[in-house]
Amino acid sequence: MLGVTAEILVTAGVGVLLYVFWFAVVNPAVVGAGQTATAAQQSRLYSDRLSHAEATPSATPLATATAAPIDVPVAVPVLAEPGRIAAPIAVMYVPRFGADWKRIVRQSTETQVLNSATAGVGHYTGTAMPGGIGNFAIAAHDTGYGNTFLGVGTLKVADRIYLQTDSGWYTYEFRNFQYVQPNAIDVLNAVPTVTTTGTTDRIITLTTCNPPYHSRERMIAYGTFVEFSTAAPTELAPALAQGN
Amino acid sequence: MYAALWRILPGPTWVRILQLVALGVVVLISAHLWLFPFIASLVDSGDTGAVNTG
Repeated sequence: MLGVTAEILVTAGVGVLLYVFWFAVVNPAVVGAGQTATAAQQSRLYSDRLSHAEATPSATPLATATAAPIDVPVAVPVLAEPGRIAAPIAVMYVPRFGADWKRIVRQSTETQVLNSATAGVGHYTGTAMPGGIGNFAIAAHDTGYGNTFLGVGTLKVADRIYLQTDSGWYTYEFRNFQYVQPNAIDVLNAVPTVTTTGTTDRIITLTTCNPPYHSRERMIAYGTFVEFSTAAPTELAPALAQGN
Repeated sequence: MYAALWRILPGPTWVRILQLVALGVVVLISAHLWLFPFIASLVDSGDTGAVNTG
């Protein structure tokens, strides 16, 4: 009887170790590879659509932001927020996270988006869309499920964050971090942590758990809008030349 | 437990070893594909309503 109990305990111990190995190594690798492949596919789709739209300019009418800051001379197209959960919004590139790093940003921050092998980054419903005035707020896991935002803490001031959409490329620049409690939803405000409705700023907010493998607090990375272009950023040329 | 399993398996020693290896592979694959994802879904903090992710 003692021998059987010992065998069950040893088996359970091995099972726990296997689960930890799966969660920390296997799952991030498998899900991350899926997220990268799907993002590459979506990126090619956006590129094809953009080429087609440029060939036929009237094919894709876009809404434009009603007020532009002084330092943004051209009208920035802003796509309508999708109503369907997991609808693709953009393909996100952050060179600081790695030359090959890319993820699809999908609508909603439900687990079906954040844990998905075809997504990884979720857009907080109701916040601004890429290039829109206000706060384009997104979330992803730091560890597990592709380790999507594990590199957020490595961002340096002025690092570029690119968003590729049907209409072109939106470029943001990282500015600063903030560490908050998990219930600090005011970081999603149009002006983060400030209660106001009037703003002309275009902000991006990346949220993820902190520290890695724990969810005691949230790491928030803020960036500001730099420019919109229909041409792919030169910084991404090597990655894009390799077929995404 | 494992001794009983060994006794149940038919055939000579090398066949039993092959069966054990095959059984182990099936258990591992099942765990990775279904059991561990299920456990992970239970472990998820499910902190919706706050600033999401984990």
